[in-house]
Amino acid sequence: MIENRFTRRAALLGGAGVTAAGGVLRAPMVHAQGSGGKLALGFWDHWVPAANDAMKAIVNDWAQKNRVDVQLDFITSVGNKLLMTIAAEAQARQGHDILTIPTWYVGGNADKLEPLDDLMGRLVRQNGPVSEADAYLGRIDGTWRAVPATTGSLYLPSAARIDLFKQHVGLDVEAMYPAADRLGPEAANWTWESFLTAAEKCGKAGRYFALPAGTFGDATNWIGAMFACYGANLVDARGNITVRNNDKVRQALDYAMRLFQHLPTEMFAADDATNNRALISGTSALIFNPPSAWAVAKRDAPQVAEQVWHFPSPRGPAGQFVPYNPSYWGIWGFSRNKPQAKALLEHLSQREQVAKLVAASDGYDIPPFATMTDLDTWSLVGPPRGTVYNYPVKPHHQAEPGIACAPAPSGIAVQMYNQGIQAKMIARLVQNKEPLDRVLAWAEREIEGYKRG
Amino acid sequence: MADGSAITAPGIAPVLEQPRTGTLRRLARQRSTLAFLMALPLLAVIGGLVVYPFFYAIELSMLNKRMTRFVGLDNFEFLLGRETFQLVIFQSVLFAVSSVIAKALIGFILAHVLHALPAKGQRKWRGMLLVPWVIPPAVSTLAWWWLFDPSYSAINWMLGIVSVGPIPWLGDAGWARFAVILVNTWYGAPFFMIMYLAALKSVPDQLYEAAAIDGASAWQKLRYVTLPMMRNIISITVLFSLIVTFANFDIVRILTNGGPLDKTHLFGTYAFQLGIQSGDIPLGAAVSLFMFPLLAVFAIFILRGVNQRTKEGL
Repeated sequence: MIENRFTRRAALLGGAGVTAAGGVLRAPMVHAQGSGGKLALGFWDHWVPAANDAMKAIVNDWAQKNRVDVQLDFITSVGNKLLMTIAAEAQARQGHDILTIPTWYVGGNADKLEPLDDLMGRLVRQNGPVSEADAYLGRIDGTWRAVPATTGSLYLPSAARIDLFKQHVGLDVEAMYPAADRLGPEAANWTWESFLTAAEKCGKAGRYFALPAGTFGDATNWIGAMFACYGANLVDARGNITVRNNDKVRQALDYAMRLFQHLPTEMFAADDATNNRALISGTSALIFNPPSAWAVAKRDAPQVAEQVWHFPSPRGPAGQFVPYNPSYWGIWGFSRNKPQAKALLEHLSQREQVAKLVAASDGYDIPPFATMTDLDTWSLVGPPRGTVYNYPVKPHHQAEPGIACAPAPSGIAVQMYNQGIQAKMIARLVQNKEPLDRVLAWAEREIEGYKRG
Repeated sequence: MADGSAITAPGIAPVLEQPRTGTLRRLARQRSTLAFLMALPLLAVIGGLVVYPFFYAIELSMLNKRMTRFVGLDNFEFLLGRETFQLVIFQSVLFAVSSVIAKALIGFILAHVLHALPAKGQRKWRGMLLVPWVIPPAVSTLAWWWLFDPSYSAINWMLGIVSVGPIPWLGDAGWARFAVILVNTWYGAPFFMIMYLAALKSVPDQLYEAAAIDGASAWQKLRYVTLPMMRNIISITVLFSLIVTFANFDIVRILTNGGPLDKTHLFGTYAFQLGIQSGDIPLGAAVSLFMFPLLAVFAIFILRGVNQRTKEGL
């Protein structure tokens, strides 16, 4: 008889294992029987399960060919687990060799990350340049400290209802941004002013635009893009505060006040899921979001999903900036196998691998190179077929990726971003009904504090 | 005698042969050594997870943002000059004090109600009333978030039936503060209830009988018998709850993320936002350490009272 004993000690050991592994999915280690050394990888745990599998397959294949022992961990961003891992490894100076570093955290860890100018130089020669937005967050003081990653990089463009826009606004969004490399005639009129008119019409019809204005990421991203479209920089690239006597900031805030007359007041308490729910439930005609809301609707509310079309956010007097959240892969300075780590990142950034990652994520992931925005996936995904064709910013859009709070130096911008300073300025104006000058003075004092060295 | 040795009058032989004193001392020493060894894992855990992080936090709080330079108390001075941080101090005190008072009152009332119930039904009610306390707060707070949801609040839906609302539970500063205090009270009141119930059960019935003979009213029994007998447990419970409530993180983080307009931030959530999310770990550490002197003051006053009463009782 085989005795199956479950002892208290076994339970404790199991519990400790679960606790230690909290938030981390560990793929089996690839033992490649070789002399290529070992690599520990901490990659972002993707929302789309198939994307993790694709990454695992690519990494395992590379590890076998290069005879490298690889330990691959998928670390969730839920509960800021990824940020805490970065902070802990930076303090302990040990951990993974390669780690996913979200949008803002390359700058703060620049002195602990391996310079990657050689690698980026080769990638740019192969694939063409990356956007200014990618460079703004990844190239610190002229040195690349991390490679812009395909996995986890995303835009938050307009995700609008085709039927509701036709019915209430009289605008065919599918014709405006067709699933082809050309713009429709209405695209030139897709401005923040026409957006406001559309918000008013849809709001009156009870299908309001779900635009959050709290301190969560979705709010900061679209508000930051709107400010950029008006050229309303609160801080310039040299770190000077440019809030007072700035007509562009006043113009952006004046616009926000007019826009929020047509949005529900509950948007000031909205989190990153509120807008998704509003679209999926059919109560909203437009949100700014990656195709994740559409993907959930495809599963839970297919009649809504087949009416959703993605296209760039509107243009303003200073340009058209689409909210963008790039992600990075960095190599810690304490890594003991930097050559292999660089080789893996170079492999992951090749077109063939990028195509696999984009396909596995149903087009959610965005490669950093504009030359790769012609991958098939964005044409094929549906219904409606082509809904995400215009999700990545493509050359014919004549738009730019926009990082909220840019061009402020990243050490200041990260605080402006995380404390949602632009959203708070709007809330003070709209909710608290504070005079504009008082709001500007408050913002100036806040940013002054962020400049602390 | 505690050590087992006997005192005998001079000239009278001890009735029983007593163990040698040296051996007993050695045994005592061995027992304490054994106790120390057994406590060592716990001491190691406390040392590694409480003492070391505390001193490390002090060290971090005295570094510049890049953690390359010692700046003394500059971070604390900087924080005290910030409008938002002054708001955080006020809110942390408001949140902790209001929640603890509410929890203490509700717990006290519930304990009395339970105490008055017949023993048969008491266990069932006690179990049910403890449910909020045993659910992990992150899970129950998510349920509360659904009740307060800005767009689909279940509470607002019910209020709508009687033509009231909708109330911006999380969108208006006043309501948002009320919401986080309410959830914390809901979560923590059962702890007070169970502690007070245990204290109530330990009050000797003879005291109430004596009070009844003296013609004391119900209020007088509460005022002059129950409360004095419970004072120590009330003090300790309040202190414990103050510490835990001051350090609260999950309720505010899930319900409001510190908003609207930073009007619900607590030390814990603000420290996280500055330290982890904004990449300024020294400033985050400084914010979290602000709790320490505040709680130390509370602890000194409360524990001093407990000590005094204990000495008076001896």
